[in-house]
Amino acid sequence: MSARISRPMVALLALGIVAAILALDLATAGAPDLFTAPSAFALGSGAAPTGAHCTGS
Amino acid sequence: MFLRRASVLLIALGFTLFAFVMAGPRAGLLVMVGLGFGLVLEGLRFGFAGPWRMIVTDRDGRGLIAQLIAIALVAAVAFPLLAANPGELVPAHAPVGIAMILGAFVFGAMMQLVMGCGSGTLVNAGSGNLVGLIALAGFIGGSFAGSLHLGWWTGLGALPVLSLQGMLGAQLGLIVTLAGLALVAAVTVARAAPGKRMPPRRLWIAALLIAALALANLVIAGQPWGIVYGLGLWGAKIAQAGGMDLGATAFWAAEGNAARLSSSILTDVTSLTNIGLLIGAFAVMRWRAEPGAQTQPLTPASYGAVLGAALILGYSARMAFGCNVGAFFSGISTGSLHGWVWLVAAFAGSMLGIKLRPVLLRPASVKGAFA
Repeated sequence: MSARISRPMVALLALGIVAAILALDLATAGAPDLFTAPSAFALGSGAAPTGAHCTGS
Repeated sequence: MFLRRASVLLIALGFTLFAFVMAGPRAGLLVMVGLGFGLVLEGLRFGFAGPWRMIVTDRDGRGLIAQLIAIALVAAVAFPLLAANPGELVPAHAPVGIAMILGAFVFGAMMQLVMGCGSGTLVNAGSGNLVGLIALAGFIGGSFAGSLHLGWWTGLGALPVLSLQGMLGAQLGLIVTLAGLALVAAVTVARAAPGKRMPPRRLWIAALLIAALALANLVIAGQPWGIVYGLGLWGAKIAQAGGMDLGATAFWAAEGNAARLSSSILTDVTSLTNIGLLIGAFAVMRWRAEPGAQTQPLTPASYGAVLGAALILGYSARMAFGCNVGAFFSGISTGSLHGWVWLVAAFAGSMLGIKLRPVLLRPASVKGAFA
């Protein structure tokens, strides 16, 4: 096989993988509840951050 | 060209709007931050793994100096911000331990094999690099697998979480951090060849923009920039959809992680910036008149080696409590001692990876090429 896969094609595949994960997630976890969405900025919100980070265990 | 560029804008703005509508303003803003990271990393060719290789192989310290400038700029703002707002902002602190050091060493080696680190893997995949796409799949699987064994690895022995703020206070901690970065810069300058010491204008601009985006990430999300958690979460979502009971695992049964697992990816900070970063890199590649050539074709065995290395890359990033972004960039810029230990261990690993690279990654003959 000597065909070369172009960069745009590979990039679209990468976006497709992410889109598939998002679709799978929306189908299983459902859409987020907008009524519990955090304020735009954590700084000044008065609330503790609830996100997870790579440094956590 | 107009249609191509219009489609790029549609994808970038469309996903930002989608996140905003589905998950609220913070989600939309974090996608924009991620887009910014992708645009800068790919558009201005600011990287992590490449400069670590260049200082060793070519005595070119410009990329590494740019990294240190960006980290110093973030630290100068993040230290006082974190000290003044402890209830709203959290640093990227993690414990130094046996597994953490081993993980950082292995990560450093593997990132030279897959030709990209945490952020680099996303940038490479988004910009259409075939090795990057394979690495992304491996990284997702590896970081998820690493999460399943993290408790065992940390049980091998670890110090308490130590930070420069905790040991010295915010002001002195910042001074020591900046001094440490200056020391690394001095060693880099001493090692670099004449003419390869001072970053060009492009990298100065990139360092400034990366620092601004990292600070925006902190102010919006309440936590520093990270990569690995989001990729591991994607792997966990796939495993759960496949029927795996993750509630029986220590990591995913923990309160915060269980909440992320049962919630939408659109509410996960690192997932949002990761997706934005990928789209940003894609946008830069598609915006150009010529997308550029695909990476050099490799032998099938070499592609297998890339996939294996990427699995280990993701796994070791979990062991090390982060990759070049979460541990090195964000760890050091927010005062974590583990960030400094990560730097030393990963750089040693990177030197090993540079030696392994020509052995494991072999170009295919034109006849046998399939990339």
